[in-house]
Parts: sequence; structure tokens; C-alpha cells
Amino acid sequence: MMQITEGSHAVADAVRLCRPQVIAAYPITPQTHIVEALADMVADCELDAEYLTVDNELSALSACIGASAAGSRTYSATTSQGLALMFEVCFNAAGMRLPIVMSIANRALGAPLSIWNDQQDSISLRDSGWLQFYAEDNQEATDLHYLAYRVAEDHSVLLPAFVCFDGFILSHTYEPIDTLSQEDIDRFLPKFSPYERLDAADPISFGMYATPEYYLEFRYEMDRALKESKAIIEKRGKEFGQMFGRDYSAMVEGYRLEDADTAIVAMGSICGTTKDAIDEMREEGKKVGLLKIRVFRPFPTEDLARALAHVQRVAVLDKNISLGAKGAVALEVKDALYGSGIPVKGYVIGLGGRDVRKKDIKAIVGLIGKGQGDMFYGLRTEVL
Amino acid sequence: MVDKTLELFDCGHRACGGCGAALAARLVTKAAGTNTIVVSATGCMEVFSTPYPETAWKVPWIHSLFENASAVASGVEASLKKQGRTEKVVIMAGDGATFDIGMICISGAFERGHDFTYICYDNEAYMNTGIQRSGATPYDASTTTSPAGKCSFGNKRPKKDIPQIIAAHGAPYVATASIAYPADLMQKVEKAINTVGPCYIQVHAPCCTGWGFEGEQTIAVAKLAIETGLWVNYEMVDGKVVKAKKVVRKPVEEYLKTQKRFRHLFKPTRQDAEIATIQAIADRNAEKYAIDIKLKKE
Ligand SMILES: Cc1ncc(C[n+]2csc(CCOP(=O)(O)OP(=O)(O)O)c2C)c(N)n1
Ligand SMILES: [Mg+2]
Repeated sequence: MMQITEGSHAVADAVRLCRPQVIAAYPITPQTHIVEALADMVADCELDAEYLTVDNELSALSACIGASAAGSRTYSATTSQGLALMFEVCFNAAGMRLPIVMSIANRALGAPLSIWNDQQDSISLRDSGWLQFYAEDNQEATDLHYLAYRVAEDHSVLLPAFVCFDGFILSHTYEPIDTLSQEDIDRFLPKFSPYERLDAADPISFGMYATPEYYLEFRYEMDRALKESKAIIEKRGKEFGQMFGRDYSAMVEGYRLEDADTAIVAMGSICGTTKDAIDEMREEGKKVGLLKIRVFRPFPTEDLARALAHVQRVAVLDKNISLGAKGAVALEVKDALYGSGIPVKGYVIGLGGRDVRKKDIKAIVGLIGKGQGDMFYGLRTEVL
Repeated sequence: MVDKTLELFDCGHRACGGCGAALAARLVTKAAGTNTIVVSATGCMEVFSTPYPETAWKVPWIHSLFENASAVASGVEASLKKQGRTEKVVIMAGDGATFDIGMICISGAFERGHDFTYICYDNEAYMNTGIQRSGATPYDASTTTSPAGKCSFGNKRPKKDIPQIIAAHGAPYVATASIAYPADLMQKVEKAINTVGPCYIQVHAPCCTGWGFEGEQTIAVAKLAIETGLWVNYEMVDGKVVKAKKVVRKPVEEYLKTQKRFRHLFKPTRQDAEIATIQAIADRNAEKYAIDIKLKKE
């Protein structure tokens, strides 16, 4: 059923359909509408979950760890400073192999304080062992929650997952959404069956400490599970497509890329703007295409190299910056295309909510045509 | 009924001989029984009991981080409730995890009113990282970050009164206990576990390595803490002290002299003023909890 819904409410509704048993979250702009909507659902008995209004984000994710280890499907949502406060707990949840799903309404990190969008928050946790999905629009933001649970809880994966969507740009925007029913989701997402759980009838120890004889192997197993989750994402993404008509089997998705000489690589809502800019540039005879990255962890290195093998140049848009180096996506793309001879340039863009328009995308295509890149785009030099 | 003959914190752990915390773990799990899930914080107990792939815990056990045990326990409790399960949740955390770094999570968890029992095994410093001071370190104790020196008598502040802070959250049952009085400790654990809501027990657990005494003296040292009034065993129900262990008090010196962490109060010269300050702390405790047994003749 199509409904015009605010992104946050659509996400909250998708979360409800996933039947989380325990929710623990702490409010922060622009995630608040999600947790408020979930609180309403619990208050109206539309969602039968234990909802913990915790004292801070560190507690939120810690409570999810306990709840998940004890055998419940768990959910949280945060962004920016909240996610940064969870840094330690994020690594811990992944290391304990707990399939928690958390929505990230992406927002910049202070200082200076900014409530507006970029993707620095979730990108900064790229090494934590969580799957990272990025949505282009609100339909995708909702659907990726179903997929995230399905993949994270797979016994060959057992890793937590972020579902990322741009704060305000998506979270506070009304779009038409195809809402699925409880029966639909129950067919796609089975009941949570923990691989192991805290249980007095069968006592085990969770979260032990490892000496140097074991630690390396723990990390290897996590890396392997994360890499192998690609096959599960492909399988379940395809299954979702067969059931509901929207196929999420691809980790990366091309747009007018087949005959392109210039490729733009991007993640999140900026892909929509980029597609419109590409349509206009195509009218002018410019052979530009987009490669959208939907899954940033595990990083689809081979898929990306294959999809870009035929282009002459690649411009990567990064809504984050590894200060002192480059944007995180550009670094990955350069790695994926290493040895291909295809020049890759990165553009740090849209940080802290700076608007990105079609003209900016076109300007970047102009810059890469001249071989200029690996730079901040759109600096107001007059305030420097 | 809980079968008290079972050993649920078993042999094979790596605690020092004479470790008060290991004894606390044994007594607490004995009293709690098999239908228990233990949540630990990072610290000595977690490290000496679970070197992967071995564990000393015969009940389900989880450790996540140093500061978040009460939040993890909140999640465990909510999860069990949602599943209609009956296991009791027991937190075992050190004084550092409780008095200092875990305070925000603890305050939130007690305010939310989860049904768990929080045991703080109090060895009065960060032992796992090498005997640094904590908010539980007593006045004048020398630790590696509050060392006695030419112009220092050790830790500058008295112990924080955490049980009062927990009681102020509306906890239905708050108690202190000591490994020197095992039957009392086990009774308190049973009481806490069978009280609905978040309960707190602070267990005095001397650390031979950190305090500087021989391992076979642990119980004797713990007893002296009670007998001098520097540690009081009491119970609070709904915020009111309902019971405190009475003693014929000994001078604090008798306790202080047993431990190297207070050695600087006696050598090279006796520090009368400092010892008097510590005696005053014991006197205040005695008055506050009315622990003095008045001899008939007086
Ligand atoms: C966030 C964080 N800070 C510091 C540490 C280092 N650390 C580990 S255990 C510990 C002290 C534990 O003290 P306590 O809770 O009293 O337990 P004990 O070791 O004395 O039994 C410290 C400082 C840590 N693990 N995590
Ligand atoms: Mg300690």
C-alpha cells in the first residue's frame, strides 16, 4: 500500500514489523522522530516490546547487548554524538557476535556542533565489525531494515548492522512509501533464533577475555563472517525482490553506467540528486553514469571493480573525511581499482549539512574532466 | 529452594591465593543458585575467572565492558521478561566499576527499576590495573595513584557513600556485607534476589596483593574492619537502616597495622593526627549506625 510518510515514521513502522522484543534508545536530533514513534506504538499496544528509556547511548547499546545475548531481537537508533558515545560498545557488540540492528540518521560530528547531515558518524565506525547499509531514499531506508535483520541473524553471519540514511534529508522528508504488512514481513523475516543465549538450563560464558593465543583468530573469524555476509545479502536481497518487487541483491547499483566514460561513485541520498544531474548531462551528450554503493561493510571491492572496469575516470563523492588523508569511500575505490589504470579522484562534499545541488555534481564532472580532484568541493574561501 | 552445597563459581580460576573477591563470587553464586544469570564488569574478577576458552562460572555469565554492567543487566532482565523466563539477574562488579565509571549506567538502571541484584565487591581500589585509587579507597590508603610520599599521606578523601546514593534512587533493599561473615552475606543475597526491583549489596572483599598482607589473613583483616567500625554491615529497606551489626569496638590502629597500604602512618614515625582522623571516621560510623555494644557496667 502506498502512503506518503515522513522518513522517520516509515522507518519506525518497518521496525515495528520486524517485531523487536527489546528496544533501548536515547533521543538525539535527527533520530528523535523514530524513537518517539516507537514509544507511541508501545503506548498504544501496537508494538509488544520492552522499551527501555535509558540514561545515555552507551547504556542503550549496552542494554541491547544484554537483551540480545539473553535471546531477544533488539533494536536501537542513534546518530552523531550518540554513536560516538557508543564507540566502545559498538566494537563490543560485534565482537560478541550479537545481531543487533541500529538505525543511523546520519549527522555530522562536533566540534563545531552541527545537527545537520553528513556521514562522518557511521563511517567513523567502519572498522567496528558492523554491517553498514546506506539508503538512497525512504523506501530503501525501510526495506533495508528487514534485510538487515535477515542477514545479521543468519547463523553464518551473527554480526550487528547499521541501517544508515541521511539525517533530515531523508529522516524528515515525506515521500511515498510502499508499506508492507505484518504477514508480508513475517514471511520474509522468521522469528529470532539465537545461535547461543544466556540460559540457566545450559550455562555458557559470553564476553570472556582472550590472550594473544586467541585474539587474532577471533578477529579473523569476524572478518571472514563479514566478508561472507555478502553472499547472504545477495541471497536475501533477491528473495526480498521476488516477494515484494524491490531487489536488493546488488551491493552496488549502476545508473546509466553501461556506456559511461565518467563514473560518479556515491552513497546515500546524494545518489538521487546525482541521477537527476546525470539525466541533464546526458541531454547535453555527456556520458556520465553513477555507481551507488548500498553496502559499505562488507565493502564490495570486486563488484565495484567489475562495474567500473570500462570507464575512463571515476569521481568519488564523500560525505566524510578521514582528516589528514582522504574521504573513506575514495580510499576504498582507489583500492578496488588499483592496477586498473583508471584515474580516481575524491571530492569531500556536503559536510555538516551543506546543500549539494545538481550544479555541484555537474561542476565535479567538469573538475574530473580536467584531472582536478582529491579536494574539498564547495569551500567558501572568503571565510577561511 | 536453592541447593547451597553446589559450587557455581568453581576451582581453576586465576585469583591470587586469599582473594576476597573470589570468595565473594563463590558465596554469592552459592546463595543465588542455578537459576541465575551473572553480569560482570571488567576488573579482576572478570579477568581471573574467564581466560578463554576456560571459565569458572557454572551459571550463565556475560561480561561486556568496565562501565556498563548495569545497562547490560537491564537488557538481560528486559529480554527475560519479554520471553516469560524466570532466571534472576545478578551483577558482580568491582568498586571502580561501581563507584566511578559505572555511575551513570547504575543511576539509570536503578531509576528504571529493573528486577536485579547488584553486588559490588569492594576491594577499595582498581586492582586489575595495578592498585590505583578509586572512589572507594579509604582515607590515607596508599595506592599507585595516591601514593604516600614526603608531602602525602596517601588517598586524600574518604570513601564515597554509594549505598546511600543507591537507596536515594528508591531501591527497595540495600545492604553491606563482608566475606568475613559468609552466612550473613548469603542471607542478604537471598533476600535481595527475592525482593522485586533493583537491590544493591556492597561486599567488603580485602585484596591481599593490593592492601599488602599475607593471603591467609584475608578473613582476619575483613573481621578487623568490622570490629574497628571502619566497615559497617547493615541493611536498608526502602531507604531506612533496619539493622546493623553491633560490635565491641577496637581502636582503628589494630586494622591499619595489618596492611602495607597504611604502613606510612606508623613508619618511619607514627602519625598521630592522621590516625586520629581515621579513628574519627570509625566513630562517626559507629554513631550513625549505632553499632557500639555498651558494656553493662558503664
Ligand atoms: C573504559 C575503560 N577505562 C579503563 C579501563 C581499565 N580498567 C580495567 S579494569 C579497571 C579497574 C577495575 O577496578 P574495580 O572495578 O575496582 O575492579 P577490581 O579490578 O579492583 O576487582 C580499569 C581501570 C577499561 N577496561 N575500560
Ligand atoms: Mg576494586
